[in-house]
Amino acid sequence: MSWLATVAEFVAAFVIVLGAAFALIGSWGLVRLPTLMERLHGPTKATTLGVGGILVGSILVSRLEQGAWSGHELLITLFLFITAPIAANMMAKVHLHRLRLRDAAISPGPAGAPPEPGGEAGWATYEAPQPDTPVATSRE
Amino acid sequence: MRRIIPHPGLSVLLLIVWMLLQNTLSFGALVVGIVIGILVPIFTAPFWPGRPRIGFLHGFAYLALVLWDIVVANFEVAWIILFKRNRDLKSAWLVIPIELDTPEAITVLAGTISLTPGTVTSDVSACGDFLLVHALDSADPAADIQRIKTRYEARLKKVFR
Repeated sequence: MSWLATVAEFVAAFVIVLGAAFALIGSWGLVRLPTLMERLHGPTKATTLGVGGILVGSILVSRLEQGAWSGHELLITLFLFITAPIAANMMAKVHLHRLRLRDAAISPGPAGAPPEPGGEAGWATYEAPQPDTPVATSRE
Repeated sequence: MRRIIPHPGLSVLLLIVWMLLQNTLSFGALVVGIVIGILVPIFTAPFWPGRPRIGFLHGFAYLALVLWDIVVANFEVAWIILFKRNRDLKSAWLVIPIELDTPEAITVLAGTISLTPGTVTSDVSACGDFLLVHALDSADPAADIQRIKTRYEARLKKVFR
């Protein structure tokens, strides 16, 4: 069994280093990309593969050191995957508002101003939902 | 039955989350988990008036596909951050017309787009028919819109029937 433990240790070390590398690259993206909307991409990436790699390493290490499988890492992954898109969405919405107010401190960036959606309704950040837009499934 | 367990899927999910939080498979934790799984959906039922119909088999296949895409696309974005100069970066806004009609399905699609690197969902239109997506590096926006529609939306239509 000892060779198996050695292999598992190498795998754990590999995924931890991989995760840390992705976290570092994500942070570097935050520094070097041109404007807010591009910078949003960096940190949302670090939370997926960066944190994911470190959590897989944590599962392996807790199995090796304590001899028990740990489920907390799966929960952390689940909660991150639920909250990360919402946090990014909130920052994007604030950015959209500041673009519309023509805040002098921010630039629209290389992508330019956001286009209008087709149809008669605008973006939900700028106006109230249409009366017939469902907010929850009401089907029985 | 519908009054006691209004949302069976939510009850099972709560039980699983509770067992993972406890980190043991003891009988006591199981009993408390079942009580929570029954009580919480009853008290939060007013927030969930209806029950989306979910095809679980398609759901798990979709989950596996998204996890794989997250890994692959992470390497693509890492490559862009490390080796692509800012002036070569073609970031663009994509307006994606969506055919999904339930709010739950649209939320899952928006979350998927944000989690798969290279794209972040920024907004939904007030009528719920369009998503505003920011792409970090999109040489051909029309092709990217088609890719999201065929790869994710078509599969989500089967998950949320």
